[in-house]
Amino acid sequence: MKHILDLRVVTVEHPRADYVLLKLTNPAGPMPAMEPGQFVEVRVDGSATTFLRRPISINHADEQELWLLVHCVGNGTRQLAQLQEGDTLNCLLPLGHGYTMTTGETRHYLLIGGGVGTAPLLYLGRRLQALGHKVSFILGGRSAVDVLQVELFEQLGQVYITTNDGTLGEQGFVTQHSILSQEHFDQICTCGPKPMMQAVVRWAKANGVPCEVSLENMMACGLGACLCCVEQTVKGNVCVCKEGPVFDMNELNWE
Amino acid sequence: MAQLNVNIGALQMASPVMTASGTFGYGLEFADFIDFRTLGGIIVKGTTLHPRQGNPYPRMAETAQGMLNCVGLQNPGVEHFCHDTYPLIKDLPTNVLVNVSGSSPEDYAECARHINALEQIPAIELNISCPNVKDGGMAFGVTCEGAASVVRAVRQAYDKTLIVKLSPNVTSITDIAKAVEAEGADAVSLINTLMGTSIDIERRVRRLSIGTGGLSGPCVKPVALRMVYQVARAVQIPVVGLGGISSAEDAIEFLMAGATAIEVGTANFLDPSTSQKIAEGIDEWLDRHGVQDVHEIIGCVE
Ligand SMILES: Cc1cc2nc3c(=O)[nH]c(=O)nc-3n(C[C@H](O)[C@H](O)[C@H](O)COP(=O)(O)OP(=O)(O)OC[C@H]3O[C@@H](n4cnc5c(N)ncnc54)[C@H](O)[C@@H]3O)c2cc1C
Ligand SMILES: Cc1cc2nc3c(=O)[nH]c(=O)nc-3n(C[C@H](O)[C@H](O)[C@H](O)COP(=O)(O)O)c2cc1C
Ligand code: FES
Repeated sequence: MKHILDLRVVTVEHPRADYVLLKLTNPAGPMPAMEPGQFVEVRVDGSATTFLRRPISINHADEQELWLLVHCVGNGTRQLAQLQEGDTLNCLLPLGHGYTMTTGETRHYLLIGGGVGTAPLLYLGRRLQALGHKVSFILGGRSAVDVLQVELFEQLGQVYITTNDGTLGEQGFVTQHSILSQEHFDQICTCGPKPMMQAVVRWAKANGVPCEVSLENMMACGLGACLCCVEQTVKGNVCVCKEGPVFDMNELNWE
Repeated sequence: MAQLNVNIGALQMASPVMTASGTFGYGLEFADFIDFRTLGGIIVKGTTLHPRQGNPYPRMAETAQGMLNCVGLQNPGVEHFCHDTYPLIKDLPTNVLVNVSGSSPEDYAECARHINALEQIPAIELNISCPNVKDGGMAFGVTCEGAASVVRAVRQAYDKTLIVKLSPNVTSITDIAKAVEAEGADAVSLINTLMGTSIDIERRVRRLSIGTGGLSGPCVKPVALRMVYQVARAVQIPVVGLGGISSAEDAIEFLMAGATAIEVGTANFLDPSTSQKIAEGIDEWLDRHGVQDVHEIIGCVE
């Protein structure tokens, strides 16, 4: 079931000048259940130029709290960074379909994120760990400052880092990390800039590893009603907000 | 509780509030947020004789108090609608209307004929005003002859309530309204979106895949309201008003301008329960002002 809730901002952290981590609670009761890879449409108030809601991934969720990690790239996200503890944020949630989490047999998951695309992978990693799976991460960024929440990822499994300038971890792209040729992975889940995810999909296809990707198409309704957010798939144009945002790589028309 | 019932031709509605085509999916997307009984009806996505993939992404650009879209009538076609979608939505506790589009008068008529056979669809809204497809849509809605030719063809294929949705992208919307009235339309609805564009100055390109799109949202309301006011005075048939309605107060402006019913579009994206809130808000407003029947305010403004 989807909800519209006035959530309360209880903690505001700025891991970097242009990032904000909002921790929210639900004054009306327990936080609704949410799956990793699903997202929230937040209503941005107080920005003259922000009309529509903004889609933001679930960085963490439990019965008490919902975390949103936001990279300030425009007016709406910059306005979100102005929120103060005690403020209210109107949220439509949970939306879309998340990552597939298998139960039963223990598997080795590799979660690959770039930039703010690492946000949903924290919650995914936590849930996979709780299911007993082995989880490893490759986190990528242009520079050391682009790789966030590393200490939280390290609590869940091995963390491998790449930066384009070599200021942290191995120099290069996520798909160039040496661990890829050393270990076996049963499943890849990725989220980040499209070119990065396309490179991950190429690697996954070449190496026969199943892979799910999370798309960030521009959205208006978030409910599958307006058909603005479509991606071309093997089934034709489908709504990323409803059928996704997580897709199996074989559903997408990517090389 | 004021009396909120209104009629559009043979269509009886419990409230003057409907939801606008293309902004409310097939209704089910909003089931968690709406008590459908509070609405006069829902109008589902534009449906065509054959399936359509619509335009490429990107299809949307945000604007000041509004948005541009160039979805381009993506839909699985009328046969899919009849076999797969209709069974899921026919028993929703409100009127379910289908918005019909096409690329020739025969197309429109054939599509309408399919829907005529569906017992629980009491009316259709004929979209002769979509600005986002080349072959048809708005091409018919911008001339009196084009509009008349489509309505004439559909009127022969369809015997229930026929609402014709008009384009604002014309010189004289009252002339088009009169032309479709003369061909036997039971009502007109207006406005569809206003044609516009948007440029990304960093990349120096137009933001929408086909260059242009239709503008909707609060920014179009004054234009829509003016057109509703004019058309309500030019025709005898009921007028359904829409364009930028986001609150009960907005809706009441349209009713006072002469609309018998209204539709809520883009506002559904900001708050999926808006249409219900507007229906309830109209009721409260009427109560607060001692108005017993919504008809007392319909067209009350000189
Ligand atoms: C399912 C989903 C999950 C997301 N999760 C997160 C998240 O956890 N954290 C986060 O910081 N961001 C996330 N995003 C991206 C976020 O929605 C956009 O950055 C935001 O909408 C930009 O709004 P703005 O008003 O700040 O920028 P605008 O002023 O609207 O635009 C500024 C720039 O951002 C780009 N932009 C606008 N909308 C989007 C979009 N939907 N996706 C990508 N770029 C966009 C524009 O093209 C422009 O270049 C997610 C997007 C989707 C679709
Ligand atoms: C994303 C989107 C899709 C639409 N699709 C249709 C459609 O299929 N058929 C139609 O007649 N109108 C369509 N419209 C137009 C709306 O029904 C309505 O006429 C217009 O948006 C103005 O109302 P509003 O400002 O309240 O949204 C669409 C509008 C939007 C924003
Ligand atoms: S954003 Fe409206 S259908 Fe996906």
